[in-house]
Parts: sequence; C-alpha cells; structure tokens
Amino acid sequence: MCVTCGCDGDARPRIVGPVDPVRRGDDPVRRDKDERDPARADGRHAGHPGPGDRPAIVPSGRGLAGAQLVTLEERVLAKNDAIAASNRHWLAHQGILAVNVMSSPGAGKTTLLERTIRALNAEWPIAVVEGDQEGVLDADRIRASGAPVVQVNTGDGCHLDAEMFDRGLRTLPLAPGTLVFVENVGNLVCPALFDLGEGARVVVTAVTEGEDKPAKYPRMFASADLVLINKCDLLPHVDFDAAACERHIRLASPRAEVMVLSARTGEGLSAWYGWLRHRRGHREAEISACSTHHHHPHPPTDPTDSLSASAPVESSAP
Amino acid sequence: MHELSVTQGIVEMISDRVPNQRVLTVNLTIGQVSGVAPHAVRFCFDLVAAGTVAEGARLHIDTPPGRARCRSCGQDDFVIDTPLPLCGCGSADVEVIGGDELTVASVEVAAKPKGMRK
Repeated sequence: MCVTCGCDGDARPRIVGPVDPVRRGDDPVRRDKDERDPARADGRHAGHPGPGDRPAIVPSGRGLAGAQLVTLEERVLAKNDAIAASNRHWLAHQGILAVNVMSSPGAGKTTLLERTIRALNAEWPIAVVEGDQEGVLDADRIRASGAPVVQVNTGDGCHLDAEMFDRGLRTLPLAPGTLVFVENVGNLVCPALFDLGEGARVVVTAVTEGEDKPAKYPRMFASADLVLINKCDLLPHVDFDAAACERHIRLASPRAEVMVLSARTGEGLSAWYGWLRHRRGHREAEISACSTHHHHPHPPTDPTDSLSASAPVESSAP
Repeated sequence: MHELSVTQGIVEMISDRVPNQRVLTVNLTIGQVSGVAPHAVRFCFDLVAAGTVAEGARLHIDTPPGRARCRSCGQDDFVIDTPLPLCGCGSADVEVIGGDELTVASVEVAAKPKGMRK
C-alpha cells in the first residue's frame, strides 16, 4: 500500500467518544447540520462546484484520438481548506480558540495538555480533540485531568484533516468561549500540510530529540506560531544545544515564538499560559469588533450559563 | 505519509467533476516545494483509482521548481529547492512565490457516444 508508511486507503477514521464531560452540567452548543454553511447544508462538499458548474470540455490536442481535454485547475487541498475555513468561521463566532498541537510521538503533548487543563480549567473551559492511530490511551489521560475529550482514531492515517476535526467538534459538548486543544497524530511530517481551521499552531519538540529536528523537519516548524522546547528538566542529562535549536527554528520560521519548558516539573509553563491568555485576548478583541457590526444568527442556547462571561461574541452583541 | 489522502482527494475531485466518463489521462501539477512527493502519489494512484472513473488512467505530473522572493534584501524570483530557503543575503525571511502548487490541471476523457449530454 503506501510506500512510505503502509497507509491503508480503505481504513476510515473513527470517532470514539465523547468521553463524558465530568466537570460541567451546562447545555452544550452543538454544531448542528443547519449551522453549516450554505455550500454544505445542501449536501455538497464545501468548495466543490455544484452540478450546474460542469467544467468546460474541449477536444484534446494530444493523447488518444477522440479524447477530450477537461480543464480543471483545481487545488487538491481545496476541499480540506474549505472545510477548514468553515471550521474557523464557526469557531470564531463561538468565541472558541482552537490550538493545534503537533510533535513527533513522545515529545510530551499529552503531558503538556494534562498539566495545562489542571492549571487553567477553573478559569477557562477546555476540551480536547485527540488524534491517534489507535486506542483511547491519551483520551483516558485527558479525561482524568478533567476536560471533555473526543478521540479520533485515524486508522492507518498519519494526520488529522479538517473533516475529522469538524466531526470531533460536532461530537464534543462545546460552550462558547471554550479553549479547544487538538492533539494531532504524533508525526513531524504530514500534519503540517493540513489546515484544520485552528486559531494557532503549536509545535512541541523535546530536548531528548536533539537540537536538529527543526532543520530536519522544516515544513512542520515553518507552520508554527509557537515552538515549545519541552523536557528542559532533562537538560543536565542530554547533549542538547538550545542555542542551535533556536537558530534552526528561526531559519524555518522567523516569526514563531520559542519557549523552553518542562511539562513534567512545570518549569516555564507560566509563559505558555500567558501565551494562551494573550491569544484569547486577541480572539475576544476580534469578536467584539466584529459583533458591533454584525448580527449573529446563532445566539447561545443558554445565556445564563457560567461561561457567558467568556463569550463576548454574544454578550456584547447589540 | 499524507500522499495517500492527497491522492484520494485527487480521485474524489475528478469523480465529482467528470462523473460518468472514462478518464484516460490525469494531468497534475505538484510543485517541487509543495510538500508532496510525486513518486508516492504515483505509487498510490492505481490503487486509489480502482473502481472509479479514473481507473486505469495515465498519470502525468508536472513538477515546477520552487521560487521565492526575499523580504530582507528584496531580491525577487530566485529558484529554491527546499521549503526552508535562504536568500543569498543570508536572510531566512523568504516568501515562497511558486513551486508550492498542488493542483489537478486537467483530465483527458474518452469522447462520449452521440446522444449523450455534453
């Protein structure tokens, strides 16, 4: 099958869960079919032409006699990117910040999220979309730390795409203003190519991986808004050149922020929490700017719930 | 190994755009810094196309070179061979302006018998 990793094309991704939200009893806002954008509500794929938009067919100037050349000029990722745009639009209207967390397997994504949930869940509702080839091990860990989680098993797939994220979002109980983490499949290659509609991309690397990962997997690091260098508590035990690592990151992505931390000991985590809060501030500013000009067709299902304070999209609407 | 799902996207798109026709040739553009390996698409294609309008189609892949411009020194339109290019001036603040395409340019379909809808 697939020459590089043995992907099985017939394996459909599976959604497992949701693992029940233990913390909140409020009425979740679900993504219903009628909330989809018009291109999707009528059953068409987003971004795909409808039946009325048949491509022009012209006689082919080459190839077999009698063949006709049909010009398509269509981007292969157009469908993914259209679903991603729809996700991004919906998330923005809900005041939900989605952070796509990517790394190689074992860099510490799950430990980072567990710790972050325990630290921030009191001030900010958090939910997680977990991507793994198989199993619910990570989802169990996330649930134990107190956040609702949905596990997407990609089968033999090597990344999450916008449609899987969409399905995950529809499955999760999501209140306006929630912070949604996507824990992508552990892989430094494939997830870089797929926009999910997230608000920010975070790449985690660990001092145990060596300082050269950003040089060896530049596309992944180039897509990052923030790079976290994890497991800094192990620095005394490994040969890791932090300055060289940062230099490699700067080459891949001149604009990405870089933080050194340890999800295990907690060292450096306050900067990470600060970054998340700053991002939330940005999102809220965007939303209140937007809500002074536009009417929002989908008000919250329960305006009295405890989360309305973090949903300025609705509370500040005229 | 995202080429499998990329190839599935290609075949799905073709099946949507030219349904009920037999596709003889698929012309793809996969830029050299698009992040997609043409040989892996080729490897997956026959398998993914089986049972669709594109079954048995010939695959033609154009691979235009990567091109960039430098935001630091302003050098315009130089060739790059990596998604992580450096300008001659040493700057990494480089914008990719070509060679990152990933498109289905066109397909050749068998001419339809008379009487069928255009």
